[in-house]
Amino acid sequence: MTARAVKLRRGWRPGSVPLLVGGILTALLVGIALTSLVWTPADPARMRILQKLKAPLVSGLLGTDQLGRDVASMLMRGAFNSLTTAFAAVGLGAVLGTLAGVAAAANHTLDAVLMRICDALFALPPILSAIMLGALLGPGALTAIVAIGVFMIPVFARVSRGAAMQIWARDYIMAARMAGKGTARITLEHVLPNISAQVIVQVTIQLAMAILTEAGLSFLGLGLPPPAPTWGRMLAEAQTYLLQAPHLALAPGLAIAAAVLGLNLLGDGLAARLDPRRRQAT
Amino acid sequence: MLRHFTRRAAGFGVTFLLISILVFCMMEIVPGDPASAMLGTSATPETLAALRAQMGLDAPAVLRYLRWLGGLVVGDMGTSTTYGVPVGGLIRERLAVTLPLTGLAVLVAVAIALPLGVTAAARPGGVADGAATLYAQAGIAVPNFWIGLLLIMVVALGLGWLPAGGFPGWGDPAAGLRALVLPALALAIPQSAVLTRVTRASVVEVMNEDFVRTARAKGASVSRALWRHAVPNALVPVITMLGLQISFLIGGAVLVENVFTLPGMGRLAWQALAQRDLIVIQNVVMVFATVVIVVNLGVDLLYTVVDPRLRRRA
Amino acid sequence: MLAIRHLSIAFPRAGAEARVVEDVSVEVGRGESLGIVGESGSGKSMLSLATIGLLPKSARTSGEILLDGKNILGMGERELCSLRGRRIGMIFQEPMTALNPAMTAGEQIAEGIRLHRGTGRAEARAEALRLLDRVRIPDSARRIDSYPHEMSGGQRQRVGIAIALALKPDLLIADEPTTALDVTVQKEILDILDELVADLGLSLILISHDLGVIARSTDRTLVMCRGRAIEEGPTERVLRHPAAPYTRDLIAALPRRVRAGLGEDPALAGGAR
Repeated sequence: MTARAVKLRRGWRPGSVPLLVGGILTALLVGIALTSLVWTPADPARMRILQKLKAPLVSGLLGTDQLGRDVASMLMRGAFNSLTTAFAAVGLGAVLGTLAGVAAAANHTLDAVLMRICDALFALPPILSAIMLGALLGPGALTAIVAIGVFMIPVFARVSRGAAMQIWARDYIMAARMAGKGTARITLEHVLPNISAQVIVQVTIQLAMAILTEAGLSFLGLGLPPPAPTWGRMLAEAQTYLLQAPHLALAPGLAIAAAVLGLNLLGDGLAARLDPRRRQAT
Repeated sequence: MLRHFTRRAAGFGVTFLLISILVFCMMEIVPGDPASAMLGTSATPETLAALRAQMGLDAPAVLRYLRWLGGLVVGDMGTSTTYGVPVGGLIRERLAVTLPLTGLAVLVAVAIALPLGVTAAARPGGVADGAATLYAQAGIAVPNFWIGLLLIMVVALGLGWLPAGGFPGWGDPAAGLRALVLPALALAIPQSAVLTRVTRASVVEVMNEDFVRTARAKGASVSRALWRHAVPNALVPVITMLGLQISFLIGGAVLVENVFTLPGMGRLAWQALAQRDLIVIQNVVMVFATVVIVVNLGVDLLYTVVDPRLRRRA
Repeated sequence: MLAIRHLSIAFPRAGAEARVVEDVSVEVGRGESLGIVGESGSGKSMLSLATIGLLPKSARTSGEILLDGKNILGMGERELCSLRGRRIGMIFQEPMTALNPAMTAGEQIAEGIRLHRGTGRAEARAEALRLLDRVRIPDSARRIDSYPHEMSGGQRQRVGIAIALALKPDLLIADEPTTALDVTVQKEILDILDELVADLGLSLILISHDLGVIARSTDRTLVMCRGRAIEEGPTERVLRHPAAPYTRDLIAALPRRVRAGLGEDPALAGGAR
């Protein structure tokens, strides 16, 4: 009876269901992306004009596109391209943003300056920065990564600043100060480790945002250039064949939705587990 | 209140200047300039230099920045290198599509999210709550331009109810509005998902407040306590989210305008990139950023409307 | 008028049930005032919420709460809504949080009047103004348009009283109405409350952990501990000659001068220690 009650409560710890579903979807996404490096059903770049616009299961698992390329293979490689861009962008935003946030929390002058810069960056939607960067660098992975990453700097800066300020208000920070530790050392030893949970949650959620934005950028032709398959460009190309070959529009869209859903659920689940505020509430 | 607002406005002024410097510097390091873009590769150095002087491009960067800023304020943004018309007029024309589109999207998003979020909050854990949570998770995950494609596929091409794209102009307002329905819906659905989530969480929290119990104790029904007492007090986080979303809404407008071939600001920016029309890019980006800033200032004002406690704060 | 019979309230908790009120019976006659004392967690607030039909949904109840012979626990939501405010009014503990921050004092007082009587806006407002005067809010004509955050704690609690009494209910439940207030303000609020209860001939249930408050404002007293009724009787008898050891402990825990104020027998206090 007691053992069963404990087990039941374990099963319903906060965030369990999203954590499980999100974890599975994300694992699937990463698994497919990595598999595509060593194996895909067909070469995603090989065109077979005679096999063009075939429906799912008629040719390949998910059919073929207007050039006779295998859609399933393109989706798999697209997962890899999408994930790497998203990871790089979030990495950029998370590192710079967290540094800015932690610095802002530690120093009042820096705080005013950095937060004002963050406000400015946040007023530039990534698609607009990408259009400006596109003029500078030409379309490509770098343009997408920088445009998305720069927009995420203020997001991470605000999250880490808020979290770091809460840590600075704690008693043990006062104790560390009394012991003669400097600001930089306290930040390194106490603040960063204690805000890492919130930053990790945010990384997960922002990965989802980055995948969405990357898809939008490559839809506009601002992402990875052809022949590298991307989910966004697949959708752009599908526009012409909406009625003849609806699977071309459905498959990449569902792939994006599943990837974003998985990462969002994972982020929610992690937040329920790790976020001290929410943990107290439950 | 006035002092608070002035201070916020000053803060937004600084943000505006920062963005303008950022945008100007980025355009500055782009290889080539409007003059060379206009003349193409065949131009002689002499004619290029002459055009540069004529366009004022030979002036020092600081002076050109100040000229641009001054022009922005009075609406004189220079001449488009591809269209050969004043950029200010071009942008005004395109805003007449983009602003109604985004405005309609916000209205639709709120019209979906508010009832759904509040109904979900009325009975946490109930059937409506489950449905709202599902809608929110799914809606956040789908890209707006994909929703646009699906709407074209089903509603426009399949059922033939609404146009699949293009914009007939505001000469016939009904036709103009019809052309904006599907794009606005595509923009609104992901936004409404986020708003539903925020509304639900906020109302659930407020429903636990003492004053809701006071209202019930004087005989208010559950739905009256919900709509008359809880909802007005739950709006601040919802409005905050609306303000934060404006950036995403504008990014989304660029995409959706391209899906539906609407002659709006987003399509203008995208075409300008293809044609390397730097003057247009620079000014479109700046106008969009200004819209973001102004909306956030408006959100600040809205706070004081919904929450009387914020009215007197200095 | 109000009769609580064998009332038990429980909440389902991981497998077992947490009983917060157990088999409590008590009656309140018309114009009579009943004090309920007990420590926090003794179930006195749950008892009052049950009486106005506002227990949390997860609560399980048994027994009866009869208002003029009709069982409140068996009523549907519609019937309860018409009862609340009109026949039973309630004042809550925290004046800081018990008022809606987004509505003016006048609107909040007028709301009940408009809901139950269907009166127009102007008429309800005039009535709200009269009520503000009755609870002695200075400058009521201006205060009627004030928001709660513009008022002091004492003023807010007066608005709370005005809300509860707006429809001249038969029964007023006051749950720790003065606990959150300064000592000087406490007396003013109790004065207003006593006066209105007497004027309107209301029945009163006054819940407090403060024996001084109970002593000055109630006819009869119910002592509760961990959800059970420990002892019940005329207030003077209960406080001067407590029968239950628990009541004696409660009184003994008071500072000496408060005990003197209760007119308690010093010898007994000594004996209790």
